[in-house]
Amino acid sequence: MAVSLPGALLARWCLVRLRRGEPAGGASNSSGSTPRAGPEGGRGARRSMASVELRQVRKQYGQTSVIHGVDVGVRDGEFAVLVGPSGCGKSTLLRMIAGLEEISSGEILIGDRVVNRVPPKDRDIAMVFQNYALYPHMSVFDNMAFSLRLAGRPREDIQRRVEEAARVLGLGEYLQRYPRQLSGGQRQRVAMGRAIVRAPQVFLFDEPLSNLDARLRVQMRTEIRELHQRLRTTSVYVTHDQIEAMTMADRIVVMNLGRVEQSGAPLELYDEPANVFVAGFIGSPAMNFLPARLRRTPDGVEAVLGDALGLPLEGCELPDGSALTLGVRPEHFVIGSGAGLPAQVLGVEPTGADTQIFCRVCGTPVTVISRERHRFEPGGMIRLTPLPGKTYLFDAAGGQRIPTRDPRRG
Amino acid sequence: MAESGSAAQGHRGRLLDNREFLGALFLLPAAILLLGLLAYPLGLGVWLGFTDAKVGSSGQWIGLENFEFLVGDSVFLLSAWNTFIYTFTASVIKFALGLWLALLLNERLPFKAALRAVVLLPFIVPTVLSAIAFWWLYDAQFSVLSWTLVRLGLIDHYIDFLGNPLLARCSVIVANVWRGVPFIAISLLAGLQTIAPSLYEAAAIDGATALQKFRHVTLPLLSPIIAVVMTFSVLFTFTDFQLIWVLTHGGPLNATHLMTTLSYQRGISGGALGEGAAISTAMIPFLLLAVLFSYFGLQRRRWQQGGADR
Repeated sequence: MAVSLPGALLARWCLVRLRRGEPAGGASNSSGSTPRAGPEGGRGARRSMASVELRQVRKQYGQTSVIHGVDVGVRDGEFAVLVGPSGCGKSTLLRMIAGLEEISSGEILIGDRVVNRVPPKDRDIAMVFQNYALYPHMSVFDNMAFSLRLAGRPREDIQRRVEEAARVLGLGEYLQRYPRQLSGGQRQRVAMGRAIVRAPQVFLFDEPLSNLDARLRVQMRTEIRELHQRLRTTSVYVTHDQIEAMTMADRIVVMNLGRVEQSGAPLELYDEPANVFVAGFIGSPAMNFLPARLRRTPDGVEAVLGDALGLPLEGCELPDGSALTLGVRPEHFVIGSGAGLPAQVLGVEPTGADTQIFCRVCGTPVTVISRERHRFEPGGMIRLTPLPGKTYLFDAAGGQRIPTRDPRRG
Repeated sequence: MAESGSAAQGHRGRLLDNREFLGALFLLPAAILLLGLLAYPLGLGVWLGFTDAKVGSSGQWIGLENFEFLVGDSVFLLSAWNTFIYTFTASVIKFALGLWLALLLNERLPFKAALRAVVLLPFIVPTVLSAIAFWWLYDAQFSVLSWTLVRLGLIDHYIDFLGNPLLARCSVIVANVWRGVPFIAISLLAGLQTIAPSLYEAAAIDGATALQKFRHVTLPLLSPIIAVVMTFSVLFTFTDFQLIWVLTHGGPLNATHLMTTLSYQRGISGGALGEGAAISTAMIPFLLLAVLFSYFGLQRRRWQQGGADR
């Protein structure tokens, strides 16, 4: 019985030393960065250039390659969102920036410093984990103070910073609670607090909202965004939720299968997707894709859908008969009865503000959103016409966008 | 319609519908086991400790006479002292080695599963068998250890491991440690695996060194399991009998006599059932102390408790 006492005593001793703000056991206590003011003051003086740049970053596990040469640049103060389906490598990429995952080749720069070989604690970053990774045996205060204590900051400084962060996040009355006694949203805030007390150069978020319920997720989305407006710290945020990406990002990086598909401002990606993947991933409900064929006529070039509808194109260099994919967003259809593509109605879902109509066109499922309150019967036939100038053409084989100019666009 | 059945059947049916009767019925097997196989022998043992029973005579109640005799008996006092030394030293070493092994096995190692199985081996082998193996290792004439050391040129004559009081004590402790480490290592390994890897990642980003991660993450999160495991380990070591009996019979000069072996020697071999039982009974307060320690050690820490607002 006396046996586990030394262990417990050792732990106590360390905690006591930590509370006093001394580095425990004379171990390394340098965080490798110069002391900077807390989040509350000296913002101008504190913030140095803290861009994040990835150059031809690759990751291999043995023979399997999971990241194939990624180039991403995040400017100082920017809120960048890495988005993509699960398994696309976005979390791996984030963990590589954090230093939790080694990179097989390429370079990662934070500020102007190549950090390939720099351990996580010296990269001057803070990370919010998907499961929050709060220390269950430490109170909220201790959780937030942990990194500062390890860095050997003076006690008053720690107190001040933690309280300031708690005030910003509305955690003031919970400082003495343990993580287990908090709700999901509060834990999420503690995780954020732990990140902001350190006033790092870069925040990394690894799907921080995916464990919250839908309502809280929307609320926290706004809060994180507001926090970023206030602190203006460079942030890299990983999510699989394109709505999160659209609403939060200054810039979205769409990833798929270990590659960057496209990167740009949210509406840029929405309006000018570079390929079928981005077009289908960004936007909800997703863009509709219809098989089409290029036809050259004496009058010009047109894309033929099914056997009937031809959409005139201009500036398209592809040969006659090329297989195409036509992309139309659900809100860009006109529902008529005369001309247009014959579509069989499968179902109608009124949401109040608008009506979603699910139908089948030439064997392909198509979703249409209309502001009018249609009352179609399932099984009935309607006619759909894509809005002029609102369609996208992709190469059916490679999925790349074909730059075209619809003559009707004006 | 229900009353149309025979009276007896109705009665039985009603009885089987009674929650309390059913509860008692299901409790019966466990109660018989506990009372018949645990409580009764324990009670009998304690009672015998207050009698002068010998093999062949049922004995008379003599009150505390056995205990009064034992307090003045130097062999008993020595065995009690030995028991403490044995338990304390072996448990400390077992804990240190067990934790170390658990930490090692928790790392990414080649042949991890095979290694874990090998570690468990000493725990699987029946104690008597491993004791005999150790007896062979420690033998004054045929010891493999001595043979190896002589061949290496480190010593020039065989060591009598079990012949010298100090060496004998060390030797039985080594044997006990060898046998007890796997239990601790595997239990602590199970505990280590419940600690989320993301906590270590968070600590790494927070600036913790490997040592600091161990102190501030591993040790506090492992402490509930350490308390359970070490309580059991202390109980097992305190009541160890087989190893000692096979290796030394308590010798030389009673240097390795534990309370258990002395109790057996006096009570069964020597026939003085009353006195033997008194020695066993004298162990109970110490064991209770260990259990109390675990009771307090096992109380859920504040951080383990659920999210009630208080």
